[in-house]
Amino acid sequence: MKFWIGAALALAIGVGLPLLPVNEYVFYAGYVVLTYVVLATAWNILGGYAGYVNFGPPAFFGIGAYAAVVLFKWLGAPLGVQIAGAAFMGGAMGFGVGLLTLRLRGIFFAIATVAIIFIMETLMVNWRYVGGATGLQLLRPQVELYASYTRMLFAVIAVMAVASVAIARYVQESWIGRGLRALRDSEEAAEGCGVPTLRLKLVACTLSGALMGAAGAPMPMYLSFIEPASTFNLAYTIGSLGSAIIGGMSHWAGPIVGAILLGSLQQIITVTISNEMNVLVVGVLLVVFVVAAPEGILGLFRKVLGRTSK
Amino acid sequence: MSELLEINSLSKSFGGFAALTDVTLAIAEGERFGLIGPNGSGKTTLINCVSGMLRNEAGSIRFSGEEVRRLPAYQRTRRGIARSFQIPRPFRSMTVLENLLVPYQYVGHLRDDEARAQALEVLRDLGLSQKAEALSSTLSQVELRKLELARAMAARPKLLISDEAMAGLSGSEVDEVLKILFDLNAKGITVIMIEHIMQAVMRFSQRVVCLDAGRIICEGAPESIVKEPEVQRAYLGA
Repeated sequence: MKFWIGAALALAIGVGLPLLPVNEYVFYAGYVVLTYVVLATAWNILGGYAGYVNFGPPAFFGIGAYAAVVLFKWLGAPLGVQIAGAAFMGGAMGFGVGLLTLRLRGIFFAIATVAIIFIMETLMVNWRYVGGATGLQLLRPQVELYASYTRMLFAVIAVMAVASVAIARYVQESWIGRGLRALRDSEEAAEGCGVPTLRLKLVACTLSGALMGAAGAPMPMYLSFIEPASTFNLAYTIGSLGSAIIGGMSHWAGPIVGAILLGSLQQIITVTISNEMNVLVVGVLLVVFVVAAPEGILGLFRKVLGRTSK
Repeated sequence: MSELLEINSLSKSFGGFAALTDVTLAIAEGERFGLIGPNGSGKTTLINCVSGMLRNEAGSIRFSGEEVRRLPAYQRTRRGIARSFQIPRPFRSMTVLENLLVPYQYVGHLRDDEARAQALEVLRDLGLSQKAEALSSTLSQVELRKLELARAMAARPKLLISDEAMAGLSGSEVDEVLKILFDLNAKGITVIMIEHIMQAVMRFSQRVVCLDAGRIICEGAPESIVKEPEVQRAYLGA
């Protein structure tokens, strides 16, 4: 019940805040932070629960963004349809990639997912319909209710963030989550306990891909532009993976904490220092957390709470 | 007694190395069966083939009259083949109780409250109930061995394969694990015991097969098999 009260509150703030006379930059920066909440939450379903480290978020995010552009350019589809199409494409790619790569383990799986980014980027660079290497300028449609398109996109990504967290929480607490944890700890023992490991990994990969694809859908309209180099940027890998590691991978709340912390910090550094400094800060934070707190901020909390309760 | 497990002409190679060659054996329902052989003789490969951890072998494996060779491991578990591992593989991020909930949920398809009640009963039988809420990564060696057996029991097996469940245990701990296996067999579960502790195999098994270099070299009652010159040669290299 607590979760649903929190989710309703987050939804109310996410949808209601853009209606208030708040500085536009809050929504401009907040959109990016919430995109990372969706990406990190999606990444954690496969990477955190199942232990399969996916370096390919830009591929899923990118295919979602391009699916949205194609639907917009071809049919003039509204944003809701673009997001649904992007989720379908991301999920389909997750399923396909899973089928081809999930028999690989550890570093081999991780490397295979990196390759997908370059394959997708090369395809888009050579597809003239979506602008090829030079990209495509997009004209935002008129927006109702909200004062600007950016405010509307903030509300949309807030709804998506709440939905993705609810899905991740369901997965974690259901029989799927228990099976994924079992196969993360020992795939052979999990099979020996009747867990259909390949099928569960496919479910996780498809769900994770669908959510990442959906996260990519509003991005072209947010930027009013799309081009392959920035869409398939490895920064999305670092953002999603880094957020989950920093927040904590064993619980659905970890990626939220990590993404809000990391995303906000990046936005502050971008404005006050420089964009390049971002990467350095993320790198240092990742090293610190991997070495000093491998279970992330949530793990640190648990340790502190454990000590005080003794 | 009817045959529960029938293995016919089973062969398994890794590249050019033949780990099993033309192995044929049958195990009856309710039998206590011992599988012995020196290191590298193919014991674990054989049970990996039976449990489905290894695939693409030649030959036939029939369980309860059904050919299971092409089934994935989880399907074989659901049909009643459970095993423990030579090196314990607990789900380290879970508590002892949660370890048992996995098979109860995936094999028995029980609701969480039913699964918990049954899991606690199994843990009580095995003397692990005080550790139910402990993380499995904090268990001692004998507790880990018991957890392996408890988790296998939670899969409601017809056939339990115990792969060196007594390795590294003290004399009294060996007795504890032996008692658990006897109790399970008394409940009608067929048990295959793979073990290097010969006294345990001799006490437990009704019939023993000895493997060497991937072939069955001898089969018979425990007291007679240790006297076989081929078995002595395989173990002692004489």
